[in-house]
Amino acid sequence: MSDAATLEAQVAHDDHGDHGGHGGNGAGHPPTTTGLSHNKLGMWLFLGSECLLFGGLISTYMLYRGRASENLGPDQIYDLPFTSVSSFVLLMSSLTMVLAVSAAGRKDVRNVKLWLTVTALLGATFVGGQVYEFTSFYREGLGFTTSLFSSSFYALTGFHGVHVSVGIIMLLAVVGMISRDRIPGDRAEVVELVGLYWHFVDIVWIVIFTLVYLIPA
Amino acid sequence: MSESTTLDETATGTDATAQHSPEPPDDGHAHGATDGQYIVIALILAVITAAEVSLSYMDVGPIFIPALLVMMAVKFVIVVSYFMHLKFDNRIFSFLFYSGLLLALGVYVLALATFEFFA
Amino acid sequence: MAIIERPATEPVVAPTPTPAPIVTPSEAFGTFRRPVETTGWRAWVFTVDHKKIGVMYGAAALFFFVVAGLEALLIRAQLAGPEGTVLSADVYNQMFTMHATTMIFLFAIPMAAGLANYLVPLQIGARDVAFPRINAFGFWCFLAGGIVLNLSWFLGGAADGGWFMYQPNASVPFSPTNGVDFWALGLQIAGIASLTGAINLIVTILNMRAPGMSLMRMPVFTWMILVTQFLLVFAIPVITVAFFLLTFQRSFDAAFFSPAAGADPLLWQHLFWIFGHPEVYILVLPSFGIVSEVLPVFSKKPLFGYPFVVFSGIAIGFLGWGVWAHHMFASGLGPVSVAVFATATMAIAVPTGVKIINWTLTMWGGKLRFTTAMLFAMGLVVQFTIGGLSGVTHSVAPSDTQQTDTYYIVAHFHYVLFGGSVLGFFAGFYYWWPKVFGKCLSERLGRWNFWLMIIGMNLTFGPMHILGLQGQPRRMYIWTTERSGEGFFNLGFWNLVSSIGAFILAVGVLFFLTNIVHTHRKGAPAPLDPWDARTLEWITTNPPKEHNFDRVPTVSHLDEFFHRKYEDVGEGDAHDLRAVATAEEVLAAEQAQADAQIHMPSPSYWPIVVAATLPVIALGIIYGVYIVSIVGALLMVFGIFGWAMEPGTAPDSDFDPSPVDDGGPTTELVRSE
Repeated sequence: MSDAATLEAQVAHDDHGDHGGHGGNGAGHPPTTTGLSHNKLGMWLFLGSECLLFGGLISTYMLYRGRASENLGPDQIYDLPFTSVSSFVLLMSSLTMVLAVSAAGRKDVRNVKLWLTVTALLGATFVGGQVYEFTSFYREGLGFTTSLFSSSFYALTGFHGVHVSVGIIMLLAVVGMISRDRIPGDRAEVVELVGLYWHFVDIVWIVIFTLVYLIPA
Repeated sequence: MSESTTLDETATGTDATAQHSPEPPDDGHAHGATDGQYIVIALILAVITAAEVSLSYMDVGPIFIPALLVMMAVKFVIVVSYFMHLKFDNRIFSFLFYSGLLLALGVYVLALATFEFFA
Repeated sequence: MAIIERPATEPVVAPTPTPAPIVTPSEAFGTFRRPVETTGWRAWVFTVDHKKIGVMYGAAALFFFVVAGLEALLIRAQLAGPEGTVLSADVYNQMFTMHATTMIFLFAIPMAAGLANYLVPLQIGARDVAFPRINAFGFWCFLAGGIVLNLSWFLGGAADGGWFMYQPNASVPFSPTNGVDFWALGLQIAGIASLTGAINLIVTILNMRAPGMSLMRMPVFTWMILVTQFLLVFAIPVITVAFFLLTFQRSFDAAFFSPAAGADPLLWQHLFWIFGHPEVYILVLPSFGIVSEVLPVFSKKPLFGYPFVVFSGIAIGFLGWGVWAHHMFASGLGPVSVAVFATATMAIAVPTGVKIINWTLTMWGGKLRFTTAMLFAMGLVVQFTIGGLSGVTHSVAPSDTQQTDTYYIVAHFHYVLFGGSVLGFFAGFYYWWPKVFGKCLSERLGRWNFWLMIIGMNLTFGPMHILGLQGQPRRMYIWTTERSGEGFFNLGFWNLVSSIGAFILAVGVLFFLTNIVHTHRKGAPAPLDPWDARTLEWITTNPPKEHNFDRVPTVSHLDEFFHRKYEDVGEGDAHDLRAVATAEEVLAAEQAQADAQIHMPSPSYWPIVVAATLPVIALGIIYGVYIVSIVGALLMVFGIFGWAMEPGTAPDSDFDPSPVDDGGPTTELVRSE
């Protein structure tokens, strides 16, 4: 091995000791080949993968949206003004989320907690709206097994609702863990990762809102 | 978020992925928008949403569905590019996410086409 | 263990692995204290070490290989003669379904995951994977999924709809036992393993390469694993959707696939095969990678056309997404769709052919050494080519329409999967056994193993081409003399040949198992570099230490290890290799600059705790006792919280500050030297 390479490796090496770690212990990340954090790469891969999950559910819905029992089809049952409002709420939760991430970048803990909590509340409003929507559909006679339309509608929006709920739990958990200082590793990155997940859930809804609610069957 | 310069880079001249980050990689905070800009972006999103909803109460003929799909795509890209920082971040992230998205679009559109969904 | 202390002053002789100090956590994170055992079962169950996880993957996958093999023997015993009485029609259906499902989901995928887990970090010069706890979680999910799937045998009968579980044939009226429910949820859990494992390996490969290890200096095995994991990341969610819809259909009375309710049963077929075709490449690409490592070593030549092999692997991965409907030519897709998918299918033969040519040219003019690993690798090249050629006949849609659901299909996919995946794995076993266990498998038993398997597989699967073209339907549980025809092509004779072949194949596998036992009882320690290997995983001890490398090697070539051992003194295009260093010297040079202190990720209870809640949730859904599922879900949330609050690498303060020895230089030598 040439001396130059050895020297270079030695330099690289001094910072290399932590190579096995991920998330680390508050001392930041060990250097990586791409210079990017493991967690963020992993999260983006996961979101890429989720595209195919929601794609499958959306396609199932698109295939079956016209196969409804009479008077309980998509064009009769949707309450567009109501859903528009709850879509707007979810959209605005993306704004509050990005403000939390931005505050985390400034290490402004108070605002991080504030905006995360607001995001969780907006998310909860959205889920509450969805529960209300499902209940009123059910009262009108649209059960899960009523028709292919209803099964695929509930499967798609239900999956999305579960994703939002998981997001709310994560947001509140992060707020709690920041308050008690129990986050191992990089706090700003944890907020950013939760933020990526949250925005993803929002963009899925952007697609669902147009394809499911706005475009008539 | 540590701004870790990769010492490997010097020895990694031909690395396709590494070529993206000769300067310290961007973790999103440094080059992202300011809070004020985020609010402007959110307002744009709100306006598009309002346009979408009002469009569905109007009779605009054959451009109705294309218009809705275009507005949907614009909102999608705005959120991904700005709120999720993909525009400012390393291109690897874009590659990972958009591969999934385009693959999903490709296979599912093709599958729906075999059902003569678009006929 | 989590921390490896080293003398601060560099000793002159090659330093040795200092035994990890016994440490106790001084601080509890989450609910439990950290596990600290370094020996016994706890060291395995709570480990986050990629090597231990790789070995566990391999052992579990081998167990399922034997189980699925026994299922295959029962199938062939039933079909050996007319009017077979070994299995009832019902059990026969369960047998072929579980044979295929087990081989694919519980043997081939996890075996590749195990090899990748063990070898990829070593091949790229990393000390562990990117997400060690998620890695452990993935293994436990796979095991949990395998157990749930096989529990069905004891709880009313296994799934019986064939491995692609076409709907509505597998809906409740036609398959009333819980078998299909166990199948859907068991595979769902195993899917979590594949997804998390894939994310982990991709991030590891992108992010944890040794200095100088550019993408185009990566070993081909690592490259093929990278492609495979990308396929998994994007294919698993599709089948996840299909499994969810199936579970909704069967357990919650939805009608996604019931034509009676107006549904389109082709929806299932599309979702299944959008996953299923990339899955075929998920099964075979890791073996392509193994062969691309083994052939150059035993030909003493670099791989011919490395970039072509890499890019054709990527091309296969990409094109693999556009051909799924060739599994559905007989379902009435319409002429346009059939033409599109038939053309795409023909195109995918091109990159596969490129690989075959590259392997052949790698051997051309090389100094071949016919070790068992080499024999298996050459076996793959030959056998897979046969399977590939019958595959091209399927891409011709009119011909495929005649072949669909006959034994010709069975012959084809066994040539590609057994001749491709399985032979590749066996080449890998014989090649890397000394790396993993420190002992070479017996070559004498290995030869028996190889020839019996090759003869057995050709006797088993070769006649199936004839059976299929004569019209024997796939999944037929019985045949009669009256209808088996006469002369050379009568079904009775070739069914018997096929069954005899299956038992010869089984004896071959038995030789492998015997070889394992024999080697571990009587085998001598392997030399440091038994094969004159080329890649980075051999620049460390056999087996590697917990932290893999005393010092992370710096890479300046493709086939780095080879270039450190040999120098090309030929002029111009002539190559004349001169040995400049032995493997021992290369290793000693690395060890002389060992790192003073290495932090390794710490073991954790949480991966297995979280994974163990998944079968609880599944069983609650299967039996309609939703409270059990809810309890399982709550336990899972609890586990995830514990996980989230526990740092992956324990900080120094988490350990007892006084290690057992005083940290002075040790003199113990590396065993294999």
